[in-house]
Amino acid sequence: MTEHIALTVNGARHELDVEPRRMLVQVLREDLELTGTHVGCETSQCGACTVLVDGAAVKSCAVLAVQADGASVTTIEGLASGGDLHPIQAAFRETHGLQCGFCTPGMILVAADLLARNGDPDDGQIRHAIEGNICRCTGYQNIVAAIREAASTMRADAPASGTPA
Amino acid sequence: MATDVLGASVKRVEDLRFITGRGRYLDDIKLPGMAHVAILRSPYAHANIRSIDTSAAVAMPGVITVITGADIPYNPLPMAWPAGGASGIQNNVNTPRALATDSVKWTGEGVAAVVAETPEQAVDALAAIHVDWQPLPAVVDAEKATQPGAPQLHENAPNNIVFEWRVGDRDGTERAIEGAEVVVRQRLVNQRLIPNAMEVRGDIGWYNPGTDEYTIWMSSQTPHIQRLLLSAFVMGIPEHKIRCISPDVGGAFGSKIFTYADMPLVLFASKAIGGRPVKFVETRRENYQATTHGRDHVTYLEVAATRQGEVQGLRVKTFANLGGRLSTIGPGTPTTLYGRMLGGPYKIPNVYAEVTGVYTNTVFTDAYRGAGRPEATYVLERAMDLLADELGIDPAEIRRRNFLPPDVFPWENPSGLTTAVNGAKIYIDSGNYEPALDKALAIVGYADMAARKTEAHGRGKLLGVGLSTYIESCGIAPSKWIGAVGEGWGAAMWESSNIKVHLTGKVVVTMGTQPQGQGHETTFAQIVSHELGVPMEDVIVQHSDTQGTPFGYGTYGSRTSSVGSAAAIKAAGRIRDKARRMAAHMLEASADDVEVDGASYFVKGSPDKVKTIQEIAFALDLGFDLPPDMEPYLDATAYHDTPNTTWPFGTHIAVVEVDEETGQVDLVRYVAVDDVGNKINPMIVDGQLHGGIAQGVGQALWEGAVYDDNGQLLTGSMLDYALPKASRMPWLELDETVTPTPVNPLGVKGVGEAGTIASTAATANAVIDALSPLGIRHVDMPLTAQTVWRAMQAAKGGQA
Repeated sequence: MTEHIALTVNGARHELDVEPRRMLVQVLREDLELTGTHVGCETSQCGACTVLVDGAAVKSCAVLAVQADGASVTTIEGLASGGDLHPIQAAFRETHGLQCGFCTPGMILVAADLLARNGDPDDGQIRHAIEGNICRCTGYQNIVAAIREAASTMRADAPASGTPA
Repeated sequence: MATDVLGASVKRVEDLRFITGRGRYLDDIKLPGMAHVAILRSPYAHANIRSIDTSAAVAMPGVITVITGADIPYNPLPMAWPAGGASGIQNNVNTPRALATDSVKWTGEGVAAVVAETPEQAVDALAAIHVDWQPLPAVVDAEKATQPGAPQLHENAPNNIVFEWRVGDRDGTERAIEGAEVVVRQRLVNQRLIPNAMEVRGDIGWYNPGTDEYTIWMSSQTPHIQRLLLSAFVMGIPEHKIRCISPDVGGAFGSKIFTYADMPLVLFASKAIGGRPVKFVETRRENYQATTHGRDHVTYLEVAATRQGEVQGLRVKTFANLGGRLSTIGPGTPTTLYGRMLGGPYKIPNVYAEVTGVYTNTVFTDAYRGAGRPEATYVLERAMDLLADELGIDPAEIRRRNFLPPDVFPWENPSGLTTAVNGAKIYIDSGNYEPALDKALAIVGYADMAARKTEAHGRGKLLGVGLSTYIESCGIAPSKWIGAVGEGWGAAMWESSNIKVHLTGKVVVTMGTQPQGQGHETTFAQIVSHELGVPMEDVIVQHSDTQGTPFGYGTYGSRTSSVGSAAAIKAAGRIRDKARRMAAHMLEASADDVEVDGASYFVKGSPDKVKTIQEIAFALDLGFDLPPDMEPYLDATAYHDTPNTTWPFGTHIAVVEVDEETGQVDLVRYVAVDDVGNKINPMIVDGQLHGGIAQGVGQALWEGAVYDDNGQLLTGSMLDYALPKASRMPWLELDETVTPTPVNPLGVKGVGEAGTIASTAATANAVIDALSPLGIRHVDMPLTAQTVWRAMQAAKGGQA
């Protein structure tokens, strides 16, 4: 038995027939072959499967694909625009915010969620925001540095808001 | 001209694929016609298998076949590092099979496998397999397992003892302890850990009936070793009939060094179903149940000293829990890599260690980041603090009084890793420990700690400061030493590199080492760019596939920068030599007169008439006009065996605050001064230290694998096993001293494990220092709020 769903993933609309028990991450990885979204724990602890669903960071191993019917999903493959890296992606490379790379897509997307809500987070706010994402390689230090640097770049790139500095 | 990139914090060439979601890890690989395997695992820690009925499972939707251990003709997995075999130590060896046949020894040991069209169908069918179990009593604690009346796991291992291993001068140490002015004794538990690489393990097996060849993709640190072990030792097929490929590996920390049951299983399964590829990917729960754990020692420590704090003797009795069957090098970790390291950076005249390796109804333990050296450092650094506490000497001062002085090197510790074996001796080549200690003390503001403790107490916090002055041995070598039975793989530990300069001047470097996040594609490109004078972007580094790379022993034990880089430099030197001879031919000069400056080859005194390495490669690779004795192509391979291990050292200092009401520990500062010699890429070195420190802090404060008395794994998922999180880590303050090692051309020592080796002891010492005003002298890890609260209550005479 399958359910018919529609997903917009990285701007492209897909209509899919999926078993109701299958998770969003499985549909992304297996049906749409977007393997940048990773499975690290199956208990929604590690955050390697984080994607943006309608702009909000979501652990896609804990969402049934049918729950995402009609939603707009952004995965790591859809973050760069054209040939340009997203500032968060660029900052992870600049600050050595990754080693094995397995947690990196989830970290970048949870950072995107944070920076959409708070353009100038302090280190404590960054560490709180990524608490649901586990990295075993970096001790988090350069991930914090990357998100800090990305925030700075994105503030500089943003149109002047008129608010005093 | 290439700018010199060696020693620079060059951004990593690997990163683009990882930050854009284009990495290719094992589970990202999808092959045409691929089937999926799921493994039925034992729900019991100890049981006999009376029978297995697979008939209902075979009839389930999508099921292609069901396999039990009786179907698989292969040998058990190899155990490649017996403990001290040459010195008469008996190793009572039992290793896993691809699937268990008669009995299971831990919860999670595989007993049957379903091959199906989809992963879901394979898992569904597991529930239809009926196993007739005969449950048996279990034992999970190594010390208890050796006692009379304990459940017995294996007929060939009375009292569950794998081996009893000794190192050092027993009589001398006994005399030192009996005659000492002060003796401190302590039982120490170094708890069991789960490595937790973020990518779990998995493999894809493919048997090609058309060629009678096997290919296995595996998330592994050691593709060449797996090829050797799977073919010659497990499957009994020729080595050249297997190809092993490690795609991008999502972290490993030791857990992906070894041969696992699922490797021969997927190859057998592929052949059994006519040559379709078969994929197995463990779940995180399976990773916790069936991939190696680390540590798990119980140690009785005795340290003897003068009243001035000079250590006279160290005696250690350790029970090492090796699990229900042995992993590939399980016995090597608590022996060579632990017992032989117990001298540390200190001049201890008498050291004696006894290690009992023990079977229990738990999953096997094996090398986990640091592998024996964190355990040794923990013993030594707790010993130093216990002595300091006993004698009323400052912990920094007592370490200073016992340091090996800088003029003592090369130092042969008579009881440690420097013992002569097989006619070869290794020695501590270099060191200068006090400057690192002084620097760390200055950065942390050690002199102000008393005032800071007072200030913290006013806020309801107990502040503690903990030191760890460690040494590490990286890139265990030379092969002559580790090739002796009981001191290594029983093989060798050299490394390999091949360099080809193609006709267009582009350079391909292939390595026998295997990265898991360390950035080898960047660091080896830096080295070769420097050595050949070619731009770094013209160099590509390849690895991971036994087809196309020279045989190498892989990456673990912090060996790649010290051993692998020396192989790459040697290969580059051979490229330069051939290029110089070809340049002489092109310039109509004698090779002895050709000078090399970066990529430029010219005759002495005529620097304006230059042949570049690109021009030379073009001419050599075409081969139209070569000197009579020269073969075409600019290509060189080198195999390098370093003459000695390297010895990083340093001082780490942790500062913690313990909540006086709740026992909650906050790590508030962490200072690390490490001496890893010269650095190929300082940015990557710092990253290795950050991650290593976090893992060691995790052991001190949060992590621990727990089995109940029946052998059920209580910490069965990330919900129950507490990993370091961003909100619990402070900003790590790193600094360095630089004492290059003389044993390799770059003077680099290795850095993959240093952080972990040092940080567990530093952090634990800090917590116990914080608790010392309550009269507490030791608490076993992990120092969770509950554990600390109980210790505080007990010390206050309240209910714990």
